[in-house]
Amino acid sequence: MELTVTKERTERKKMNEVKGEKAVVYRTKNLNLWYGEHHALKNIDLDIYENEVTAIIGPSGCGKSTYIKTLNRMIELVPNVRTSGEIMYRGRNIFDKSYRVEELRTQVGMVFQKPNPFPKSIYDNIAYGPRIHGIRDKKILDEIVERSLRGAAIWDEVKDRLHENAYGLSGGQQQRLCIARCLAIEPDVILMDEPTSALDPISTLKVEELVQELKKNYSIIIVTHNMQQAARISDKTAFFLNGEVIEYTDTDKLFSNPSDKRTEDYITGRFG
Amino acid sequence: MKKLIDQEKVIKNMTGRLVKNNFFKFLFFLATVFGLIVLVVLLYRIFTQAIGWLDMDFLQNFASRRPEEAGIKAALIGSLWLMVIVAPLSLILGVGTAIYLEEYAKKNRFTDFIQTNISNLAGVPSIVFGLLGLTVFVRGMGLERSVISAGLTMSLLVLPVIVVAAQEAIRAVPNQLREASYGMGATKWQTIYRIVLPAAIPGILTGSILALSRAIGETAPLVVIGIPTFIAYLPKSIFDTFTVMPMQIYNWTGRPQEEFQHVAAAGIVVLLFVLIVMNSIAVFIRNKFQKRF
Repeated sequence: MELTVTKERTERKKMNEVKGEKAVVYRTKNLNLWYGEHHALKNIDLDIYENEVTAIIGPSGCGKSTYIKTLNRMIELVPNVRTSGEIMYRGRNIFDKSYRVEELRTQVGMVFQKPNPFPKSIYDNIAYGPRIHGIRDKKILDEIVERSLRGAAIWDEVKDRLHENAYGLSGGQQQRLCIARCLAIEPDVILMDEPTSALDPISTLKVEELVQELKKNYSIIIVTHNMQQAARISDKTAFFLNGEVIEYTDTDKLFSNPSDKRTEDYITGRFG
Repeated sequence: MKKLIDQEKVIKNMTGRLVKNNFFKFLFFLATVFGLIVLVVLLYRIFTQAIGWLDMDFLQNFASRRPEEAGIKAALIGSLWLMVIVAPLSLILGVGTAIYLEEYAKKNRFTDFIQTNISNLAGVPSIVFGLLGLTVFVRGMGLERSVISAGLTMSLLVLPVIVVAAQEAIRAVPNQLREASYGMGATKWQTIYRIVLPAAIPGILTGSILALSRAIGETAPLVVIGIPTFIAYLPKSIFDTFTVMPMQIYNWTGRPQEEFQHVAAAGIVVLLFVLIVMNSIAVFIRNKFQKRF
């Protein structure tokens, strides 16, 4: 497994070198965010590239979850949130008045910390996204469901029980179901907020393998508490501390040769 | 290391703790049995009194001076008419209000104020609602002592209970389900309609049926707005006057002839039957929609 992943990564790097510049998906410029009086994100500047896995690490309360929830404006569900600065998604500022948040979220899917399937059948869970976007055709829905479940590597486990309640699945299966549900809206970016923190090691491994698979077609931003996980699966890593980006660079470099003392202290386990 | 817990003492205390344990179990069992016994005695008395008086004639006859000929037709149909107005009106208004307060309204002083008032309204005596109905609907809007006046008054009476119950049910839907829905680009309405409401329906129904059961058994506000008890015809429209079962039963219990006590008991059985049917419908719908999170 390790080997193929490394091979893939080098191949990708070569490809990108041939192409030259990689496309930027998200360009964050001078982003500040306040919860009431609390200044949670401070002057964030961050570029996130296409078809990469970008990991965000940092101790609890450093603003990493806040940041990822800002990327699809999910943070607005929290009362008393204020932001300044801009986040350009594919060249458009997501805070623009004319940018409809529903439109943004059809492009940017999200997987949450705790698996949160709907209390519906497996099929209806996957079909939810397409249905709310107006797809009624049973044939198309069937195809989306199968493709999404295959994409999340869970098809073989559930294909015979598509119409059973999703709560009958194990925690790890539920999380992959949620990933499949997210794929069903055919997003461009997938945000993952500590997707494996509630899972056992084997399920975690499965989700990690899945992330490697998915980055061929999607850009993935993943918040994680687990530094080994960031090192294993990401191309770039951002280290957040107290609402600031301390360091953002290639994962290999960040973990082998960090340029900031605080990054080094964190990844070597001296705090956090 | 010196032991801080004396095992001998622990063993010695054990018996006392276990006795206490059993005592409370018995106490709570007794509390349950007390309620049950009262209920059984009540039902027994009513059914034995009603036997022989409850037949098809009783259901098909109008009120009469002669107990043998007295029937509950006008009151039974009247109660159903009342429900036809109260159920949809209070459900739509109540659930609508609950959705607005829980899903749309910003939490501020104003919504806190509304919230407190709704909770207080739920505790206002029903006779006060009767006075309101009399002033606003019967006199103010000139609707007279009609089905619609009574229906509107009763709707107001049960509305706060339905709002509070529906709010509780909506609040109990886990937020992570809403997040999942919004995260896929669903609008607020799609999220409410497809996720929140299906999950909240069991709770909403339980509260609403309790409220409607209260409405069907309530007399005080109807006495105040002047609904008659002796009526020998059925309402043809919602603007006609009518009577309801609890009013009719109340009227019978006040008659001097002993036979009317049996007629009243028969009326109570019919009222109980209607209540059981309503509750069964609620249980049925609840089980159909029951979800676990």
